[in-house]
Amino acid sequence: MLITKIVKFFTSLRLTAVLLAFAIILVFVGTLAQADDGLYGAQAHYFKAWFIFSLHLFGHKFPVLLPGGYLIGTLLLVNLVVTHIYRFELTAKKAGIQLAHAGIILLLVGQLATDLMARELQMHLAEGETRDYSDSASEYELNFFVGDQVVAIPETLLKPGRDLTAEKTGLPFAIRVKSLWRNSDLTYRAPMMQNGPALTTNGVGANFDFKPVADASAMDQRNIPTAVLEFLPPAGSLGTWVVSDWATDPALVESLRSGYAQMGAAVAQRIAAQLAAPQTLTTGGQSFTFALRAARVRHPFSLTLLKASHTVYPGTDIPKDFRSRVRIDNSATKEQREVEISMNHPLRYGGYTYYQYQMDAGQAAKMAGRTPTSVLQVVRNPSWLTPYLGCTMVGAGLVIQFLYHLVGFLTKRKKQ
Amino acid sequence: MKKWIPLVLTLVMALWFLGKLQTPKDATFAFGELARLPLTANGRIVPLDTLARNSLLEIREKQTVNTEPWKAWSENPKIISATEWLANLMMNPGVANDCPVFRIDNPDLVSLLKLPEKDAAKKSDGKHYAWNQIEPSLQALDQENTRVQGKEATSRTAYENAISKLHRRLSLYAQLENTLQPADVPDWPAALAAYEQSIPAGAAAVQAQQAGQPFDTNAFTAFVAYVQHFQFMASLETPLILAPANGTREWRRMSDALMAAPRGLAMDKTVHDFARLAGALAANQPGQFNAALNDYRARLAADHPKAVAKAKAEFFFNQMEPFYNAMVIYVLAGLLACFSWFNLSETLRRSALWLVGLAFLIHTTGLIYRMVLEGRPPVTNLYSSAIFIGWGAVLIGLILEKLYKNGIGAVVASVIGFITLIIAHHLALEGDTMEMMRAVLDSNFWLSVHVVTITIGYVGAFLAGFLALIYVLRGLFTKTLDADTGKALGRMIYGVVCFATLFSFIGTVTGGIWADQSWGRFWGWDPKENGALIIVLWNALILHLRWGGVIRERGLVNCAIGGNIVTAWSWFGVNMLGIGLHSYGFTEAAFKWLVFFMASQLVFIALVMLPARLWRSFKARSA
Repeated sequence: MLITKIVKFFTSLRLTAVLLAFAIILVFVGTLAQADDGLYGAQAHYFKAWFIFSLHLFGHKFPVLLPGGYLIGTLLLVNLVVTHIYRFELTAKKAGIQLAHAGIILLLVGQLATDLMARELQMHLAEGETRDYSDSASEYELNFFVGDQVVAIPETLLKPGRDLTAEKTGLPFAIRVKSLWRNSDLTYRAPMMQNGPALTTNGVGANFDFKPVADASAMDQRNIPTAVLEFLPPAGSLGTWVVSDWATDPALVESLRSGYAQMGAAVAQRIAAQLAAPQTLTTGGQSFTFALRAARVRHPFSLTLLKASHTVYPGTDIPKDFRSRVRIDNSATKEQREVEISMNHPLRYGGYTYYQYQMDAGQAAKMAGRTPTSVLQVVRNPSWLTPYLGCTMVGAGLVIQFLYHLVGFLTKRKKQ
Repeated sequence: MKKWIPLVLTLVMALWFLGKLQTPKDATFAFGELARLPLTANGRIVPLDTLARNSLLEIREKQTVNTEPWKAWSENPKIISATEWLANLMMNPGVANDCPVFRIDNPDLVSLLKLPEKDAAKKSDGKHYAWNQIEPSLQALDQENTRVQGKEATSRTAYENAISKLHRRLSLYAQLENTLQPADVPDWPAALAAYEQSIPAGAAAVQAQQAGQPFDTNAFTAFVAYVQHFQFMASLETPLILAPANGTREWRRMSDALMAAPRGLAMDKTVHDFARLAGALAANQPGQFNAALNDYRARLAADHPKAVAKAKAEFFFNQMEPFYNAMVIYVLAGLLACFSWFNLSETLRRSALWLVGLAFLIHTTGLIYRMVLEGRPPVTNLYSSAIFIGWGAVLIGLILEKLYKNGIGAVVASVIGFITLIIAHHLALEGDTMEMMRAVLDSNFWLSVHVVTITIGYVGAFLAGFLALIYVLRGLFTKTLDADTGKALGRMIYGVVCFATLFSFIGTVTGGIWADQSWGRFWGWDPKENGALIIVLWNALILHLRWGGVIRERGLVNCAIGGNIVTAWSWFGVNMLGIGLHSYGFTEAAFKWLVFFMASQLVFIALVMLPARLWRSFKARSA
């Protein structure tokens, strides 16, 4: 009895209609909210949530209770699958509609798989450079280099106000996390300016003030994390240190340098060097160089950027083409070949897809005397084919269904 | 007799259109020939006519210049072509600077610039002003503009927007003025000759000065003064006027050739051609002007036949104004079709149908001509999407009319044809409508598969919505919606919603696939993606409600009107949020119209909900 009721509930057309209506509301408010919360904020709050308890629109908060994207998606999926099982009929009349709905199930499942399994990385290359690894676009690690050994601690293990014990990390000292900022900004502690007290007198913190800022919201921005740490060997403190992605990402160091360029090339160069200088601490006769940097994924092959080209339409700044010519070196397969990666023409290789993402090349880079660089977006998505298949199924299903109706309608008219 | 009315009417309008294809003969100066000359602007080869029209649209919001706007139409004010205006601006600024081409609507801005208000005696219409009238107040404008530029675009007042707009227009004006010659050098042909003479001594003096040796101060000063003028021209990034010559492969600016001369390169012949033109124009010598133009054109035609042909083809397209002319015929057809419902005259209905057919033919010609000129699928930007939506809706409207023969298809076709072409007409004010595609969009395959498909989805949604509007207007306010017509309309709406569902779904998913091809992510919740998704969800919702029997005829009508709101939101609304990858087309005026349109649709939805006894047609049925 109960089962029949549940099945009836989940196969009802009204449930579909209600879910579709909620989906429309959700997508609409989730779009409007992007103006305030930014793309990623809105995604987390509306689409990647089970429930929504408040709306942030036009700078105001409104308390509500709405189903979130996960809940609507799951219920729709259950609704579709259960209906499919219980109402399946092998008839010409229903073939189209069933194919279309199967396609939608595939699309939903495919997106779920993408959500769970896809990984987004980036590869930064200057002309002539070779890389056999990609950087994560959102995950960071605290790295300690001892000789040629590396100890990598994922950022997620760092909890503000907590200590990471020596046993946990295998390092001869505990790490006290004084602050951890997901996104941060920095200013140079220029001499003879009214600076507040420094975070620390050690390393990069002595020359730069770091402060937390709101999460990045625009699509072309990302969070730049900074942590304030204290290292505690059994004998006592080694002092407070600041580690930041600002200091490890060459693109950020370069942006700081060009930001201070008006103070003279030499000054800007010195400030950039102070930011990027490696930080080292010594304890028990061992020295540890440490940094907070993007998590790395190694590839069993390498890419070398041979040429980065950025062309514009004549007499304008309208970009015509971004193109990276790279060489693949794979010792395992003895491959050594050149390929071009450009907008709309990614390279699919070794389970990853390489997309042309950002570029600093062409006339602008040449005039400023910078080496052309190219950033490739590196994506691993085992379910990348599901949208293609799903779209074809739904399209074909709808065409069959509507043609069936149309032909019926036209023949009926003719008879009249 | 009655049988022939539709044909005669259509023939008259066809002749009217063909008459507009004739280029008026040049009486004195051959501006019509000048208009056909190729040059490179906005990254593509265009006829000078296109540059002139687009610039004028930006500055004056019209494609012609009324040089005496204070006169009433009955007093026959003098109207000149865009090319005549541009020719003067580029080669004879003394005349152009007195021409009232800057349209200024904001009263605060008018008073800031101390411009005269509407007063025929002072030769002012209170809206259009000449450079010479604005120039004395430039400092005040600059000061305000610096302040305005510091403000977020979204928080500016109407006055501040007017400041920023005028500043943009003045920059464009300066750019055009310096395209062929330095604007503030009087008597350019003489100055050019003097400059060429000064090169040997001047270049030697500069070399000596740089090497720290004694040099001829007079030669140095004279030469450097010229070079500074040319550097200023170059800094304005003017259109590229010089066709490839002397071994270069690219189009160059006038200033490039002028500054290359001291490096020992032969002066491009075109420099002298344009100096001749400028001299003849300033001296008011049409004969000399036309002779110089002929020489230049002959040389260009021999060396660059392709560019000349391309420019000529686009000139003809500009002259034809297919979309504007089609719009006029749509209005006429729509009126006839509406009247046909009241006296149920078959002649009127057929006349309307024939006229829609003619307008559709012109519309199609324009659409295909544009595609060939651009070498692109029909939809590449917001402007062309408006033209394509109109085209698609008219096509389906004609098919519906053929099936049902009740005038509804003809009315919907002409109304949507008219509205979309009006929208396109206003979008054209934003600048070049055939702009080059940015790197990521430069893919004819994906433009066809995704952009065209999603636009066809819009067509379906709007068509269903407008059919629904006809249902409300006729049902509520007239007695003409009998049971059969109501049912037929309901079927049409349902069929079109099915059509819209199919195309908006495929369009949305192929958009995701394109994004996956270019960035490696299928779905990113970008506002435009979300807008498209809402259309798909909305159409799916309508179909499910209908299948489930939750809605019937009137419910379907209401949902289809809701589809108008949803589709307008996706087409225009999301661009106005100013976020995301597709935020390319924000205009204040468009925002007002969008809000107005959405509000009007809500009113219609409310009307549909009125009880059946208030519907005149329903009362007539039961009576």
